[in-house]
Parts: sequence; structure tokens; C-alpha cells
Amino acid sequence: MYAYDEIDRTLVNERVSEFRDQVQRRLSGELTEDEFKMLRLQNGVYLQLHAYMFRVAIPYGTLASNQLRALAHVARKYDRGYGHFTTRQNIQFNWIKLSDLPDALADLAEVGIHAMQTSGNNMRNVTSDQWAGVAPGEIEDPRIWSELIRQHTTLHPEFSFLPRKFKIAITASDHDRAAIKVHDIGLRLIKNEKGETGFEVLVGGGLGRTPFIGKTIKHFVHGRDLLSYIEAILRVYNQYGRRDNIYKARIKILVHELGIEKFSREVEEEWQHLRNSSLQIDDEVIEDIRSRFIYPAYEKLPHMPDELRQAAADPDFEAWRKNSVAPHKNPGYSIVTISLKPIGAPPGDATAEQMDALADLADKYSFGELRVGHEQNLALPHVAKRDLPALWKALDKLGLATPNVNLITDIIACPGLDYCSLANARSIPIAQELTRRFANHELANLIGRLHINISGCINACGHHHVGHIGILGVEKNGEEIYQITIGGRADESAALGNLIGPGVKFDEVADVVEDIVEAYLALRERPEELFVDTVKRLGVEPFKERVYATR
Amino acid sequence: MPLVNGGKIIDDSFVKLAVDTPLPESGDILVPAERFVSEADALLKRAGKIGVIWPNNRDIAELVPYLGKIATVALVFPNFRDGRAYSQARLLRERYGYRGDLRATGQVLRDQFVFMLRAGFDSFEVKKQADAEAFMQTAKRYSVFYQPTGDGRITALHRRMQLRHSEGVGT
Repeated sequence: MYAYDEIDRTLVNERVSEFRDQVQRRLSGELTEDEFKMLRLQNGVYLQLHAYMFRVAIPYGTLASNQLRALAHVARKYDRGYGHFTTRQNIQFNWIKLSDLPDALADLAEVGIHAMQTSGNNMRNVTSDQWAGVAPGEIEDPRIWSELIRQHTTLHPEFSFLPRKFKIAITASDHDRAAIKVHDIGLRLIKNEKGETGFEVLVGGGLGRTPFIGKTIKHFVHGRDLLSYIEAILRVYNQYGRRDNIYKARIKILVHELGIEKFSREVEEEWQHLRNSSLQIDDEVIEDIRSRFIYPAYEKLPHMPDELRQAAADPDFEAWRKNSVAPHKNPGYSIVTISLKPIGAPPGDATAEQMDALADLADKYSFGELRVGHEQNLALPHVAKRDLPALWKALDKLGLATPNVNLITDIIACPGLDYCSLANARSIPIAQELTRRFANHELANLIGRLHINISGCINACGHHHVGHIGILGVEKNGEEIYQITIGGRADESAALGNLIGPGVKFDEVADVVEDIVEAYLALRERPEELFVDTVKRLGVEPFKERVYATR
Repeated sequence: MPLVNGGKIIDDSFVKLAVDTPLPESGDILVPAERFVSEADALLKRAGKIGVIWPNNRDIAELVPYLGKIATVALVFPNFRDGRAYSQARLLRERYGYRGDLRATGQVLRDQFVFMLRAGFDSFEVKKQADAEAFMQTAKRYSVFYQPTGDGRITALHRRMQLRHSEGVGT
């Protein structure tokens, strides 16, 4: 966990006071709605279908138990008792009153949480691997660098009014859990031949109406040059990114229109001016940030304690353990993913009571620390293996032990037409119906790893392009129509899914998904061949035939 | 539209000329970029200060040969969402060493003052009287800055280093 110092706290408080003044000026009529719109968007406040929506940042997905309690408090005091975790390590509150917002922000500021740049055309919350710092085989903790970037991008005097939003993600593991290839800038932490830390830099990835997989712009940028290199990319983008058409304003379009070679030449030229400036980071600065990350004092504990051996006799525990518990870099510990995808409920929601209880469990079993992943689940990153059975029982009581992590019912979905003013179609009810269809754990387990991602409009907040099965809701002649793609993925082999055929109606979506899954079960070479690999081997055709033969 | 400079509302001595307005014999003038570039020699010989209004989609490097001879550069914010002029301002100050007056024009609201000051602006054509009056108060709103820019304010990273070293020496 990163501990804010007085400097960080001062800035957050100054931002709260500025926002209080902005809200006051709006309420008094001094600011027009158009003027206020951009100001509130700089601080995570959207106007949705029914109310203001408030998006709070959880930088690089690390959350302390007292911070989660503060989020529970906001849900209870200012909202309707729940929050919604998003695909970018944020939490959203859907029913907040404008006049309450400054107080909610002040309450969050007390625990070092803010909403700066969680929306608007600026540099958004920096995201990272939710297993950062604990994943076996990780090169080093990418959150040190995430925090450096978080600070550098906060209230940036040059890049707070970009052509469009700008998202940065970092990973330091071979397996990419941060979806870096679908970000404006993706950073893969690597070492050079001298053992020095640096980054492969990708640029121009993104979803939305024109999806692109990010392209490598530079194979190795030394850690000391990271900020100057990012600054160079942003300066080129700020000046040349399109501002005439909101749908063509993301950096991916600029990279696409110029071509990666020309774009990288522009960046390189700019970088030569910047690299030896005060943006250069010396080791001392990095060490200072590192020193404010608090790491648990792990005990030396057995890899296979008696508690775990005994619990293995319980098939329900085993079902949960097999897909919720992952190896930790320290063999006596585990990383536990907490599914926020109970059968029949909206993906990613947690009640204030659940948040408070999870904060207590984090204190008891995970050194007071939690994580938030882009799959809209939470994680306890440091659980002693001997505590797993007790933790499972406690989670089960809270309705948080659904054994479906990475299975077909672990669905990513945007809020869709139930909340969002941009949406054309409902997302949550589709997700709910699908979880009911595949509620049988044996069936879900037989199917294996399969990610369904659902978006209620072309803006793709549900990341449908990179779902193994992607579902996109659109509106056609006043009716909700769903386009279905297969074969997408967001990891280190990121790919965009391919359309299987004409869109289908709301009522047919779950049937179509069942057909696709049945086809997969019949077509896979062996049980270990994942859905996405079968699609890669055979292409769309056999699935298309199965789905449309009878329609 | 009130002009703020040095934290105070001041009278604007400059008259803005269109592309085809006849040149006044004396007095300070602000000239659009295209006219400035095509008539530079004549304009610079004239008595009175000269400034140029530079659009945010034209390469600021074109202005470099003239920077020692002009009194003010006015950069444009067609609306406050369009942040191109922040980059132009930093380039002028930090790369091209421009030391003259740098003026923000267009849709300038109090909520941009701190960003603009940090990017190197020192004059502000403020859209609303109330915002102009609130300038000093608003400019002091922040005491912590994470990024190094040409304004010389100490960054959080460096302040921490100083604290570390002073602690190390003092105790």
C-alpha cells in the first residue's frame, strides 16, 4: 500500500476545496451547465439517466481496509447503500446529489481517496495488475511506477484539456492482467541486459467504436526516462490529435492516421528535447516512492497446512478454492479473488455492508489490504493458506463466495440502459440472465475459462471487443439488438473478437450464447482446450453455422 | 473583457487589429499571425509596442525569429476544452526562451488560472468580471505541484528530497 504523506494529502484537500467552490458557483447560477459540465467531469461527476453518477479512483487497484470503509460510508450516507466497481479500477455511485458531493469528497479525502480525473478529457486513473507485488514471477512491483505516473499526471498543467480521455496501464508480469494492449499507453515493465528497469511502450490501443490493439512505439525506455517519454507522447497528441470529431479524437486514431512509424518519429523528436530535462527521474526519487509502499511482514508458513488439507474434503470449499485462490510469491500465502458476480445479480456491485465486512476480513486475513481488478472483482492479496477455510466460510455468509472466477458467469458488463445516458441497450439484465442459464457449477466448470463481456453501446465500457464472447447492444428501429463476437481477448495475446453474424434480439441473446457454448463443447479437441483457443483453431464459421442454422 | 496582469485588473493598452484594419500611426497593437508574418518588417519599424495573436493550430516555432522583437504573444483558447495553447505556451517559455508577455485569450475562466500560470502565461483576458476579481485568491488555491514546468515552482518530488536531506543533516 502507498501511504500518502502530507504533500499528497494537501493536494487532495486543495482539490476538494476547489471543487466545493465549483459546485457552489453552479448552484448559485454563476456557472452555466455547459461550463460546469467540463469542471465536474474533471472530478468524476457524470449526469446519468436518473441522477448524478460519481466515479472514485482506486489507483492501480490497491485499496486499504479503512479506504474501503470510507467507500461503504459514502454508499450508505450519500447514495443508496451500494457501489459499482468498474473495469478500470474505479468505483461508481449512481444516485448521489450534487449538493452532497463536496462533503462526500471531503470524507474520502480523509483516507487519501479522490475522484480526480476519473472522467473528462485528461489523463485518467492509472491502472495496473491487481496482483502487483504478490504475483509469482513478477519482475518488480509495477505500482511504484504507477504511483510515479499517478502523481505526474495529477492536475497536469499542459495535459488537462486533451482532445479526448487518455488511459495508461502497467504490467510487470508475463501474463497481462492489466489489459495494456487496449490502453492509450500500455507499459510492460522489463529489464535490459544490464539488469536496469525500463518499459516496452505501446501506444494507440483502445476499444470504443474503432477498436485497435496497441502498437509498440519503443522497445525499451529506461525507467529514468519514463516521464519524459510519456510527456513527449502527450505533447504530440495534445497538438495534433483531432478535435473536430469526438469519435476520432483518441490517440489511436492519430496513430492510425499517421502510421506508427511517423508517429514514433514525431515522439522521438519531441523526446530528444525533453529527455535530459528536469523530467529525468533519479534512483533516489524512485526509492522515496518505494519507501512509502508498505509491505506485509510475512511469516514463514507451510505450503500445505493441516487446515487446508482437512478442508479439501469439502467439495464446496474445493470448488471455490480451485477458481478463487491463486499462487502467491510467498509459498505460505495465497491471493484470493472475491467474486462480485453472484448468480442473478448485476456484475461488480457491492453493498455497504459487504464492503464493511470485507474491510474487516482484510484486516483479519490480508494485512488490511484489498485489490480491485478490471474484471470487476476484488481480491485479498496476502491470505495465509491456513486461513483459507475460515475466510471461505466468512465470505460465503456474505454472499461473496460464488465459485465462478474466470468462468462463464464471471461476466464483465457496463451499467447499460438501466443507468447510463449514453447506452442504447440494456447490459445488466443480459448478464443476469446468462448467470442464471449457467448457474450450475458443474456445467460452468466443464466449460472452463470463458470470459463474456457486455457493452450497452458502442463506447464499449464493457470491453465487448476483447471478451471471449463479446456482446454489444445497439438500437435499431427502436429495438435493442445485440451483436455477438467471439475470439476476443485482453491479455498478452490481445485480439479483437469477430462477429458471428447478424444481430439478435434481447430475448435471444442467452439462447445464442448457449448455442455457442454447446458448439464449443462438441468441437474442442480435449477438455483443456479453452473456448478462445478452439475459436482460434477453427475460426468463426462452425459457431456461426450452429447459431444461425435454426434461426 | 477585463485584463489581468500581475494579479491585478489593468487597462489593456493594446488595440486588436483585424487582417485588413488600417494600421494606426501610433499606439500598441495586437496583430493576427498571418498579417504579422506577411508584414513583419513594416510592423516592427513602427512606433508603439507590437504583439501577435497566434492561433492554436499553427506551429509556434514560426514565431521564433521574432521573439526578441515583440512585446506580447496572445495565445488562443477557442473554448476552455481546447488545450493546445498550453503546449504552445510551454514551448515558448521552456524551449524557445521567450521572456516577454504571454497572454491567454478566448474562453478564459478562473478554473484555468493555475494551469495557465504553470504553463507560463502572465496576462489573462478573463471572460467574467467575477473571475478576474477572484484572480489572486484562485491563483493561490494550490500549494502542491507534481510536475516540473518553466514556472520554477518546486515539485512534490523535489520537496520530498529536500525534506529527506534536511532531516538527514539535522538529526
